[in-house]
Amino acid sequence: MSTPEAEVMQPSTPTGPMIRTLMGIAMLSGFLVVLTYQLTKPIIAENQRRAIEAAVFNVIPGAVARRDFVINEGELHPVTADKPADGILIYAGYDSEGDLKGVAAKAAAQGYADLIHILYGYDPSCECIRGMKVLKLAETPGLGDKIITDANFVANFEALDARLSSDGQALANEIVTVKQGSKQNPWEIDAISGATISSKAVGKAINQSAKRLLPDLVPHLDKLVQEDNTVDRPEISDE
Amino acid sequence: MGKDNNTITWETFSEGLWRDNPVFVMLLGMCPVLAVTNSAINALAMGLATTFVLLASGTLISLLRHSIPKQVRIATYIVIIATFVTIVDYTIQAISLDLYNALGAFIQLIVVNCMILGRAEAYASRNRPLKAVTNGLGMGIGFTFALLCLGVVREILGAGSLFGIDLFGPRFEPWVVMVLPAGGFLVLGAWLLLFEWLNQRKERAELETAAETR
Repeated sequence: MSTPEAEVMQPSTPTGPMIRTLMGIAMLSGFLVVLTYQLTKPIIAENQRRAIEAAVFNVIPGAVARRDFVINEGELHPVTADKPADGILIYAGYDSEGDLKGVAAKAAAQGYADLIHILYGYDPSCECIRGMKVLKLAETPGLGDKIITDANFVANFEALDARLSSDGQALANEIVTVKQGSKQNPWEIDAISGATISSKAVGKAINQSAKRLLPDLVPHLDKLVQEDNTVDRPEISDE
Repeated sequence: MGKDNNTITWETFSEGLWRDNPVFVMLLGMCPVLAVTNSAINALAMGLATTFVLLASGTLISLLRHSIPKQVRIATYIVIIATFVTIVDYTIQAISLDLYNALGAFIQLIVVNCMILGRAEAYASRNRPLKAVTNGLGMGIGFTFALLCLGVVREILGAGSLFGIDLFGPRFEPWVVMVLPAGGFLVLGAWLLLFEWLNQRKERAELETAAETR
């Protein structure tokens, strides 16, 4: 390329075949990708639905059916496929008779490595958190991931107090993570020694989310029950 | 592109398994090798996904080898590889979301796995489809084998289980460093040592037999 002769030697670039090849390949690629996307889309959607459902039933003991709602500026709206709404998404869980067993919501807080995403279940009958499931985490294996495996830590969420204060605007007691072995009150979470940051993140996530969600949710709890009864089908498709 | 050599021998298939093993000998594609081998099932899934991309892209590139102009060949290869990686990506999502979440970004990163581009450039673009597929299959199996070697050791030592099945019971204290990145390097180093030692022993034995026959 450095000498004029070399430039002469180089045949003028055949643009036509180049463009044709690239175009053909791009079209073929596009076709294959769209085909795969269309074929796998319903299966992936079903997988995701089942994953959410399993997680929701996991954090609401006794639930066998679920419906989705959003809370937007203190108002509760049901979510349907044709009418997606903005706001905080919550999952209401019902038992086989259609009675409301609890409400699940997502929460997240900064852990040691990255955001820890969790799902927690709130039971209105005891005004407490009845379950917690980690949806996504990037914590150190063997240390931070004890928040999933440590039985003593998971036991914190069997009945974690989340009562509202008398005016209904805030939690009566903020949910806090305390040092391992120093749990005194039902709204405290016993941390895992060696995984304090991850334990605290879970407590912080639940506290922040519950503080924001429950004052808006609790006045509308009867609505969750009523709407389910008016349709008188316990298992409503969420498609 | 030179003339096609049409003969397919055992060597065409087996060079990826041992002599030119992409991980233990050529040291290609180290990024997924170290990143997703913290459990045997992740390693197996990654190996199979890579093998599929290797085979499919190898076939297509080999079929199109006479119609791809030299100037745009790398761009063409990357587009073809990326297409099959996207297909694998959707397929794994459809098979198992848990597996998809465990493998994370490393499925998409198969696109830049230099072993696949290397095979496309060095082999698929110069040989007829059947030969390219045979060689790609050998390379893919070799890659999967290497990933499994790491995954099995790291899962047994780091989690006390194999394919998610508990091996030692609750009294086993997991060697946590093995499932961390550092463990990947340690185990890879140990395997490379073993492979090098075996190879040298084999060469020495060959030299000795050659000397004896002389």
